[in-house]
Amino acid sequence: MTDLTSLTIAQLRDGIRGSDFSAREVAESYNAAVAAAKLLNAYTVETPDDALAAAEAADSGKSTGPLAGIPLGIKDLFATKGVDTTAGSNILKGFRPTYESSVTANLRKAGAGMLGKLNMDEFAMGSSNETSAYGPVISPWRRKGSNVGLTPGGSSGGSAAAVAALIAPGATGTDTGGSIRQPAAFAGICGIKPTYGRCSRWGIVSFASSLDQAGSMARTVRDCAILLEAMAGFDPKDSTSLDLPVPNWEANLSGDLKGKRIGIPREYRIDGVPAEINALWDQGIEWLKDAGATPVEISLPHTKYALPTYYIIAPAEASSNLARYDGVRYGLRDAPEGGNLDAMYSATRAEGFGAEVKRRVMIGTYVLSAGFYDAYFTKAQKVRALIKQDFAKAFEQCDIILTPTAPSAAFGIGETTDPLAMYLNDVFAVPASLAGLPAMSVPGGLDGQGLPLGLHLIGKELDEQTVLNAGLAIEERAGFTARPEKWW
Amino acid sequence: MADAGAPFRIKGETGDWEVVIGLEVHAQITATASKLFSGAATAFGAEPNSQVSLVDAAMPGMLPVPNKECIRQAVRTGMALDARINPVSRFDRKNYFYADLPQGYQISQLYHPLVGEGEVEVLLDDKDETSAKRIGIERLHVEQDAGKLMHDQHPTMSYVDLNRAGVALMEIVSKPDMRSPAEAGAYLRKLRAILRYVGSCDGNMEEGSMRADVNVSVRKPGGELGTRTETKNVNSVRFVMAVVEHEAKRQVELIESGGAVPQETRLYDPDKGVTRSLRSKEDAHDYRYFPDPDLLPLELDQAFLDECKASLPELPDAKRKRFEALGITPYNASVLTAEVETARWFDALLEAGAEPKQAANWVVAELFGALNRRGESIEASPVTPAEAAELLALVADGTISGTIAKQVFEIMLESGEGAAAIVENRGLRQTSDTGAIDAEIDKVLAANADKVTEYKAGKQALFGFFVGQVMKAMQGKANPQMVNERLRSKLTD
Repeated sequence: MTDLTSLTIAQLRDGIRGSDFSAREVAESYNAAVAAAKLLNAYTVETPDDALAAAEAADSGKSTGPLAGIPLGIKDLFATKGVDTTAGSNILKGFRPTYESSVTANLRKAGAGMLGKLNMDEFAMGSSNETSAYGPVISPWRRKGSNVGLTPGGSSGGSAAAVAALIAPGATGTDTGGSIRQPAAFAGICGIKPTYGRCSRWGIVSFASSLDQAGSMARTVRDCAILLEAMAGFDPKDSTSLDLPVPNWEANLSGDLKGKRIGIPREYRIDGVPAEINALWDQGIEWLKDAGATPVEISLPHTKYALPTYYIIAPAEASSNLARYDGVRYGLRDAPEGGNLDAMYSATRAEGFGAEVKRRVMIGTYVLSAGFYDAYFTKAQKVRALIKQDFAKAFEQCDIILTPTAPSAAFGIGETTDPLAMYLNDVFAVPASLAGLPAMSVPGGLDGQGLPLGLHLIGKELDEQTVLNAGLAIEERAGFTARPEKWW
Repeated sequence: MADAGAPFRIKGETGDWEVVIGLEVHAQITATASKLFSGAATAFGAEPNSQVSLVDAAMPGMLPVPNKECIRQAVRTGMALDARINPVSRFDRKNYFYADLPQGYQISQLYHPLVGEGEVEVLLDDKDETSAKRIGIERLHVEQDAGKLMHDQHPTMSYVDLNRAGVALMEIVSKPDMRSPAEAGAYLRKLRAILRYVGSCDGNMEEGSMRADVNVSVRKPGGELGTRTETKNVNSVRFVMAVVEHEAKRQVELIESGGAVPQETRLYDPDKGVTRSLRSKEDAHDYRYFPDPDLLPLELDQAFLDECKASLPELPDAKRKRFEALGITPYNASVLTAEVETARWFDALLEAGAEPKQAANWVVAELFGALNRRGESIEASPVTPAEAAELLALVADGTISGTIAKQVFEIMLESGEGAAAIVENRGLRQTSDTGAIDAEIDKVLAANADKVTEYKAGKQALFGFFVGQVMKAMQGKANPQMVNERLRSKLTD
């Protein structure tokens, strides 16, 4: 019998429906794989019973939803009722919400089960998973002939590693400035961030509210479409949620791009990017041409300001969003003997937050401070508007934009210690986040060291369909079947 | 109240000082049963932490959703203050750490408030229209209230009650247009009346539904504005006036003794009647206001604004003017419109057919007197407007005299019987039968022949005595006007 963990979500779904195998067998296979993969440090909590319960419901015919009996990995940023939800932070260690996030509730309604909670950068702040209070996730990938541990990217590093290592058929991720797309590229899987507002943020621990968006990560474009369809939808509990019906993305998948114009932004050719990445980009253009599309050179003139803009807005919002972790109502409390309220705040937050979170809280506090607000925050908001305008203008000339996902392949754990160098990981991902546009990473090939590289598609607002279709066109042509060799 | 004509001055050693006052009033939107951004209840006096939603407790991943009814009430209030309503406003976060503030920020509106400039007219003297003064409104915005710390529950710890956390407040900021404690008091009373007419806030200052931050500075009359102090959370009209009085004197003394007024936040101690410093400007928080990214701009469409407008009741000023146009004295009109319950009761009385002037006099003199004696509010009045109208109609059509009406009213209060029935059953109907009246006059004049002589000799004051005797003989039931007429004619015979 085929190893069930090597099947796609579409195959699992159809197999369960066609009684080729039971949902219980699927859950058991995954539970076993998860239990055997502790070296990857991808899961912070394992919930085999949850996966089994969803499988039972599917097998008994009680649940018939589009994801009936499909077990998934859930990023630790999503509140899961009764299950530890910590955002990868010490400050929330042991926190068990009494509520379920809207996105995971939607997945459960569709019949999905949960394999466990996936490791991540603390509060989704990081590009390598090294900021997690649980320690870094180790990528299942290794450089040819090397045993050096690599990062799976971040912040959805646990999600990417789990999907790549076949210990989850699909996973939820969140993307604030590339946190789905960069790890998807590093791990050789697909990951899509929809238009801001497609997925409810209710019950997702906030990092930067105006940028945070949930999305799906899986091994194929189709699987991403299936998951996203189940996750998305209007939620009156989130004021920024879009009151629109969820399109039938999967049913409308087509790799035929006849008549589509592919924008190639000249500003994304930047110094210091390995030739292999630019070569893959050129290859991507050829694939899309082959699918019937016409490439057009476009300009996104404010691209070079995107990263600094992001690193003002995201920390500003984070500094405020993270104020609630104060030791008063839940999570960690460190109240020094004889100390007052301020002493408790200081001790709790010093103990509970890691270095990167502290750095961003301080940057955010600084840029919002009297005397600096206009120079930083107001200016950044203006630049953000210009970046949005760049895309609006570009989309007059094209239907979709193709770029590399990240400026490098996965790097070794501990190799990047300079925060600014780390921030550069998101240089291609951040502009679409600032503009709230749907964007996806699809594996394109391996570099010379045998590590995956991703191609990045940015679509018009609400046009996830073209993003997915172009992703499918690349997937069909790239023939990316490489899997990491099991060493764990 | 001071003479409205003479400006209020603090007498200092260096001469007269003028006081400049602005009020920031926080009014809870009590019209809705739920909070500004959550569905939790807002009843006063509930068990601690029994009215707290996941949003109010700022659990991870929780998001605010504006409560449309709170916005509607704030818009209606803005309209009642004759203010500009901003069709697009925004929510901002005011960031600071405190244990009663679960989110670590208060959602408020700094940069783009819901309501812009407006004004309120206050009368400094109820009897005098010319004492009217317009007090400018700078803005009205909506914001969340904080919770409450309880320091008396544990020897070493403080407890937190989040019932109030997230409750919807309107902050109504006046311009620095007031110049005396009396003006500040009149403004706050008027504002409270308007809120209660609109129904957005119950104006209950004891329960904290309404409280004021009092900004006070002093200057030489007409000179440059002085440095102001802000006294927080003052919870009665009387205390607001006391704060102004005390602060103005304190500041004058400070300046005249060579000091300077520091810009600071102060607290009022009602037991000692003094204010004391809470924190100086240097210690003030940097609130790091920025637009709340969890909330979209609040956009109000015309249909919504039209509905808000259409739903407004007649407001105190309009009502007072309408009452005056009906011939009611300015004083009575002012008294009858000061409280919304009185105004509603009186309007019902007019609707029941009562003659306005007579009805106004009767309510102010008789009804208020009776309610005062009984310690009852007008909502709990034992006599309904319809029952009162019946009584007043009996006076108006001459069935009973005003004197008898007082008796009838007392019986109504005691027995709950209707006025007409009381008059019928107890034979209190007034007589206009000239024959009967003449007969009694003749008897009285005959029995008091000596006084008739004195009267005719010029002791005019005796006329009242004759009237009294006739009325007494007729047990008060004679038509007094007719008694006057007949008596005058007989005495001049």
